[in-house]
Amino acid sequence: MKKKGKSVVSYNKWGYIFLIPFTVAFVVFQFIPLLNTIKNSFFEHYRDGLEIIGPNWVGLKNYQKLFSDGNFMTYLKNTMIMWIMGFIPQIIISLLFAAWFSDPSLRLKGQRFFKTVIYLPNLIMASAFSMLFFTLFSTVGPINDIMKNIQLASGAISSADAYVPYDFLAHTGSVRGLVAGMNCLMWFGNTTILLLAGMMGIDTTLFEAAEVDGATAKQIFWRITLPILRPILIYVMVTSLIGGLQMFDVPQILTDGSGAPNNTATTLIMHLNKHLYSKNYGMGGALSVILFIITAILSFIVFKFSGNNDKYGKK
Amino acid sequence: MQVNMIQEKTKGGVKTRRTIAYIILSLASFFCLIWFYILLINSTRSKGELTKGFTIIPSTHLFENLNNSFHSTQPILNGMVNSIIVAVCTATLSVYFSCVTAYAIHAYEFKLKKAIFTVILAIMMIPTQVTALGFLQLIDKMHLMDNFLPLILPGIAAPIVFFYMKQYMESSLPLELLEAARIDGAGEIRIFNTIVLPLMVPAMAVQAIFSFVASWNNYFTPALVLSTDTKKTLPILIAQLRGADFLKFDMGIVYATIAFSIFPVIVVYLILSKYIVGGLAAGSVKG
Repeated sequence: MKKKGKSVVSYNKWGYIFLIPFTVAFVVFQFIPLLNTIKNSFFEHYRDGLEIIGPNWVGLKNYQKLFSDGNFMTYLKNTMIMWIMGFIPQIIISLLFAAWFSDPSLRLKGQRFFKTVIYLPNLIMASAFSMLFFTLFSTVGPINDIMKNIQLASGAISSADAYVPYDFLAHTGSVRGLVAGMNCLMWFGNTTILLLAGMMGIDTTLFEAAEVDGATAKQIFWRITLPILRPILIYVMVTSLIGGLQMFDVPQILTDGSGAPNNTATTLIMHLNKHLYSKNYGMGGALSVILFIITAILSFIVFKFSGNNDKYGKK
Repeated sequence: MQVNMIQEKTKGGVKTRRTIAYIILSLASFFCLIWFYILLINSTRSKGELTKGFTIIPSTHLFENLNNSFHSTQPILNGMVNSIIVAVCTATLSVYFSCVTAYAIHAYEFKLKKAIFTVILAIMMIPTQVTALGFLQLIDKMHLMDNFLPLILPGIAAPIVFFYMKQYMESSLPLELLEAARIDGAGEIRIFNTIVLPLMVPAMAVQAIFSFVASWNNYFTPALVLSTDTKKTLPILIAQLRGADFLKFDMGIVYATIAFSIFPVIVVYLILSKYIVGGLAAGSVKG
């Protein structure tokens, strides 16, 4: 009863009180580490054998080294190639599926079954999934067995012994393909459901009007659905790019951290991981800061566009 | 009339399109499931059977393989228990405190409200990897290396879960309800715990599943923090399995270990899929 007489303001201090846990956890586990990481990037600090060199202030030298030794650009390129190889099929499949699921004239049955199945790979432990692919695609694994049986059946080889197993992990193309394929498989269900939410939000009278005017399904998709979906598409693409830059588990486990063959599957985070393991703090710091800046720019783009999504029903 | 005519005309077209849609969707479903089917089959086959090539019929050695993997050099059972402890604690903290944070922004009017909300949204996308270096140095100084706490406690500040809770409160937590409780003389913390939380259960269930799975699957940070073998979580053990020369291994063990890490999540997912797939679109920002 005491509180009743007081003004609203006295309740509102509780707003700050309820924010304390989040703020403390954020400051301790994210903000201070971030500042710490930035600080590290300006110091020469690494381990040489058992000896620890530094920390000595070196200004921007770590950044200079990061860009001059060529590794950064190589690993950025690897990461981007594998992301694009996975993203293009992913967005095409997702658009197609979302269009089908939301098309009232198709009246697809078993939608819940399909949605459940295509979303499933997203929840699988990426490291276990990658290990699974490693065993399935190894030279003695089931995929090579199946390829052998196909060649035997088609008469390409005369006996099982004549089969030369294809080593998926020894070729740049197949390793990158496997990584991209796994990423695509793990994320297309998620993207489909996001795009579907966007498509369901479109005013159906637009479609009806177009249908009355004699537009084909193709025309409706290209002229109405896609333009309206543009903000969500940008959102999906940029968030996927942010996720792609963080690519780690799948290539790390598949290649046992080596990025084999010849570092062509080494991603930026795998490189960072190596720095962290060898306590190479200076260079690790510089790499982290660059990644942070790239992510921040991309997040800003998402931030700007997600505001526009409201009117199309996506929150 | 006109509409009917158009429908007549396109009826045949719709039928073909529907058939194509079913075929391609089935194909996609096949590619989503086939890996797990092969995994399931192979984890039931003995070492000898596995070298004989692939078959589509399961064998009878599942328990033998599981038993072997439990007694191998990899502490798989330990890993399972560790993974469960970390994931359950993270999910609980994450869900509870995200509700607390969302409630602060939703139910109260204060000066910095808008600014704080904007900041939380802005930090939503900072990947843990870019702060990992400073994080490791800090927990080293706090003597928390090789401990579960640095994996669990950061869950208190989970912007994505917060955002979902905030959206949910906007649609299903009327402020009048709180006013009524206040008039009855209930304290703010009691109002939150006894009135707000029960209303949030559906949202909390969905986010608990996601937090649990994210923590269960997490490999990067745990691998850098945990170093004692018996403290390691499942993803780290999987990575070690990859690091060992696997041809020397009993492949049955390898398959059983992978199955052991993957199938619990699949089973839980299939049971709860109704809520998961439905709850997805509202707040997901992963890519």
